Amino acid sequence: MSIKYSEDHEWVDAKEDDLVVIGITDFAQEQLGDLVYVELPEVGDECTKGENISVIESVKAASDLVAPVSGSIIEVNSRLEDEPEIVTEDSMGEGWFIKVKLSDPAELDELMDEEAYNSFIEE
Amino acid sequence: MSVGSEIRTTPFHKMHVDAGAKMVPFAGYEMPVSYPLGIKKEHNHTRERAGLFDVSHMGQIRLSGEQAMSALESLVPVDIIDLPLMKTRYALFTSENGGVLDDLMVTNLGDNTLFLVVNAACKHADYEHLQHHLGASCELELYDDLALLALQGPKASSVLSALAPEVEEMTFMTAMQLMINNIDCFVTRSGYTGEDGFEISVSAQDAENLADILLSSDEVEWIGLGARDSLRLEAGLSLYGHELDSSHSPVESSLNWALSKVRRLGKEREGNYLGDNIILDQLENGSDTKVVGLLPEGRMPVRDGAIIQDENGNQVGYVTSGGFGPTLNKPISIARLETKFTNSQSKIFALVREKKIAVEIVKLPFVKHNYYRG
Repeated sequence: MSIKYSEDHEWVDAKEDDLVVIGITDFAQEQLGDLVYVELPEVGDECTKGENISVIESVKAASDLVAPVSGSIIEVNSRLEDEPEIVTEDSMGEGWFIKVKLSDPAELDELMDEEAYNSFIEE
Repeated sequence: MSVGSEIRTTPFHKMHVDAGAKMVPFAGYEMPVSYPLGIKKEHNHTRERAGLFDVSHMGQIRLSGEQAMSALESLVPVDIIDLPLMKTRYALFTSENGGVLDDLMVTNLGDNTLFLVVNAACKHADYEHLQHHLGASCELELYDDLALLALQGPKASSVLSALAPEVEEMTFMTAMQLMINNIDCFVTRSGYTGEDGFEISVSAQDAENLADILLSSDEVEWIGLGARDSLRLEAGLSLYGHELDSSHSPVESSLNWALSKVRRLGKEREGNYLGDNIILDQLENGSDTKVVGLLPEGRMPVRDGAIIQDENGNQVGYVTSGGFGPTLNKPISIARLETKFTNSQSKIFALVREKKIAVEIVKLPFVKHNYYRG
């Protein structure tokens, strides 16, 4: 299964049937500039598509991370709390934010594929 | 500068775009917020080497006339009459209620002429304020054809003195008229970063040429408004609209140091500026609020607007500016607090997204000033 993208500039990588890894795209990372703090949700929290689940602070401002899917959070990348710059260096890999067990896997179909996302950010 | 269009540009606009700057609207101008280096590296470059800032959006005003110096004293709580030739002083326009209308730099050019640099967002209101109160006795000009560059950082002096050796004689808050590669420049040794440095006023027509000359040094990089803000925050310098506004006096904004002795109660030229009764009273008896530095516990930035509470959850103030200090590598804030809490040992907290963050009151600046005083 390939990586999907949201209009809020998150990537969603489906690892197994109902398990996904979520992070922010390189485009989002570049727009935010130098990150100085990431506030992560707690493991066990529920997330609902479209709701804020995390706050990303750059030197400039605070931005919300909006859940691209619904489910329960089974793991968070706590390295980001001390080293938010990992997101800047490797937003699509080491800089992942959370792992979610989907409550409605069909939500994945509403996300964009890479080609659609690339034309979305060019608009 | 372009006139008539809704959003204006400075003479360096094309250079910023060519340098890959992220441009944003700011005080009616399209200005560079950051360059490809990014805010953190731009900030550090200024602290370690030399940063070049386009501050042409700021207002540059000439005030002249036989009574110009005493006239300006009627609008600022600062000693202008005894400001020596080619010296620069920090001042504040006050209002009838003791509030601050703007902060500014004043330089005595001689021949009963003063040169003022004021905030971009306030410049037209400042000009009208001057015109209204002093228009009958003084001649006024708000320059529309001047650019302003700031060269800031420990290498600023060596970069500039390689082009104009006479700047080595300048100390902090002095001014000089000089030529840089046949370009007429008006230079003050001042700035808004806490570092040694210069502000250079130059005609719009020579602006790009001067910037090219300065940028040809390996020490110099363009620095955007983002780093300008983190640098001034670490240096504990007030920003109009944040630490300063029309509903708080200079005393309430902890700027007592800027209120000249000779204009204080019982002194030679006591008061006689707008709001003098209120400000002089607060100087004697204190004010209800003060502006202080805060160090939040942990890594989360506490930004402007955050409420400050005491242990019992009562509001005791709010953050006026806050963010992340790259030099300190931790979050820093400036806040307006009830005076009785500024010296108390009781714990205070900032509210960020409903979380209570413990904050420690500290002396400003966060990063020590490196001004060149000779």
